Amino acid sequence: MSKSLERLYNGLIKENPTFVLTLGMCPTLAVTTSAKNGLGMGLTTMVVLALSNAFISLLRKVIPDKVRIPAFIVIIASFVTMMELLLEGYLPSLYDALGIYIPLIVVNCIILGRAESYASKNPVIPSFFDGVGMGLGFTVALTLIGLFREILGSGKIFGYTVMPESFVPVSIFVMAPGAFFVLAVLTAVQNQIKLKAAAKGKDVSKIGSGCAGGCDKCDLTGCVSRQFYDPKAVGSVEQAALKREEKGGAKDE
Amino acid sequence: MNEKYRVSSNPHIRARATTTTIMLAVIIALLPTTVVGILNFGMHALLLVLTTTATCVISELLFTKLMKKKTTIGDCSAAVTGLLLGLNLPPRAPWWIGVIGGVFAIIVVKQLFGGLGQNFMNPALGARCFLVLSFARIMTDFNTDTYTGATPLALLKAGERVNIYNMVMGKTAGTIGEVSMIAIVGGACFLLLLGVIDLRIPGTYIVTLILFLILFSGRGLDYDYIAGNLAGGGLMLGAFFMATDYVTRPITKRGQYVYGVLLGILTGIFRVFGSGAEGVSYAIILSNLCVPLIEKISWPKPFGRGGERA
Repeated sequence: MSKSLERLYNGLIKENPTFVLTLGMCPTLAVTTSAKNGLGMGLTTMVVLALSNAFISLLRKVIPDKVRIPAFIVIIASFVTMMELLLEGYLPSLYDALGIYIPLIVVNCIILGRAESYASKNPVIPSFFDGVGMGLGFTVALTLIGLFREILGSGKIFGYTVMPESFVPVSIFVMAPGAFFVLAVLTAVQNQIKLKAAAKGKDVSKIGSGCAGGCDKCDLTGCVSRQFYDPKAVGSVEQAALKREEKGGAKDE
Repeated sequence: MNEKYRVSSNPHIRARATTTTIMLAVIIALLPTTVVGILNFGMHALLLVLTTTATCVISELLFTKLMKKKTTIGDCSAAVTGLLLGLNLPPRAPWWIGVIGGVFAIIVVKQLFGGLGQNFMNPALGARCFLVLSFARIMTDFNTDTYTGATPLALLKAGERVNIYNMVMGKTAGTIGEVSMIAIVGGACFLLLLGVIDLRIPGTYIVTLILFLILFSGRGLDYDYIAGNLAGGGLMLGAFFMATDYVTRPITKRGQYVYGVLLGILTGIFRVFGSGAEGVSYAIILSNLCVPLIEKISWPKPFGRGGERA
């Protein structure tokens, strides 16, 4: 059970797909014009992610290595088609708002990324929870971005007007540039929080991220940012990865 | 033998110009058009220009203090940005537009990218485009007590005649600082005489635009149309004061010609084929973004490098 919880935590905080891994940027930037759209996109992706992770994990010993990517895509596309039809049937307004981005979930790199790096190598239960965790992380991120864009860009939260009458909406926030501004600021804020925790002496790799700073305590010798702190730490990224594997540090794979 | 011999490393001959003197010269050159704008549009225009300038200077001061960097308001570059932004606002815009614009110009466009010399885009124009996209209705409302109706460029686009004399003198609708061609060119001549700017970018820009209008506007050699396009909108202000910004223009001479041509073509495309009447600010910030590429193709080769081997 603790493994499942660890997976949820990993997806939500430690390797949040949006703020830390910066995967799936296309839906992140395109559909977060309102909190509702962000939430809808996040939840849809989460369902697809959890189910496809579980199925790929079930079939991981059957799928030949050479054709694994097409096989993953077929599984993912089936679930996306199911979700698309369900949304069209039961939530037509959300279906219209998300438009082309629902079928495009098939090529969302978070889903393929988790299939390739986690589900195809791990048992079913952890894979399922990995999908749920990543999906939750994605949902939280998209809803947050949508929330800020909606408040600033149209003065509403989930469609309800909250700003006073005199507020003039800053419409750039519901356009594409606004998505970049909000994403950048939120990423910076979460990095700041994690760095503060790191400064208090906590282990960055435990609270931290793929790499959200904390270079002075990192042992990845080949990293370019690391060399900025310690010019002597020169070495190739491959060497560093080898070194980590020797230490038995390849926890995630 | 009173003279002392000084031993020092090069450079031995220094120009007296500093960032501060150049920025002060730009401020002086912008004063005529500012004054014309204020006389034209009244005290609210003055309030707006003061608001943007003060906001820019205060934002720069606060940001550099907060980030524990060297405070750079002494070089007057923030004041120039604020002044230019103010001149780019419509005369009736509410004061908070100036505050939002000033904060965006200095903090987002300039300081987040490293401060003066590092910004990839003209801060005043970046902020103007931010405001136009955010508050389209306010930013395109040029009606005042004295001038109502469409701007000269909108009239030209609709195929109507405009009064060129009024446009040269500044008696027309538009942003605070763009209306008087004569005041802008007068200020620009001052900068040209001081050598702060040269004609490479503005000259290429304006000539390219004229050629583009003759070839593609569908009106051929219509002098009124061309003169109206030169005197109307932000062309003169943009060509002399914003396209020539030291930070965001190419360094090499060849690059500056390419940049001028690009500006002219983009402005022409926006004005002739675009949905809006004006396109100078977008043309300049798009060209700003192309500057690294322009420098890549225009970088001079050291003597003896490149070419065919014998």
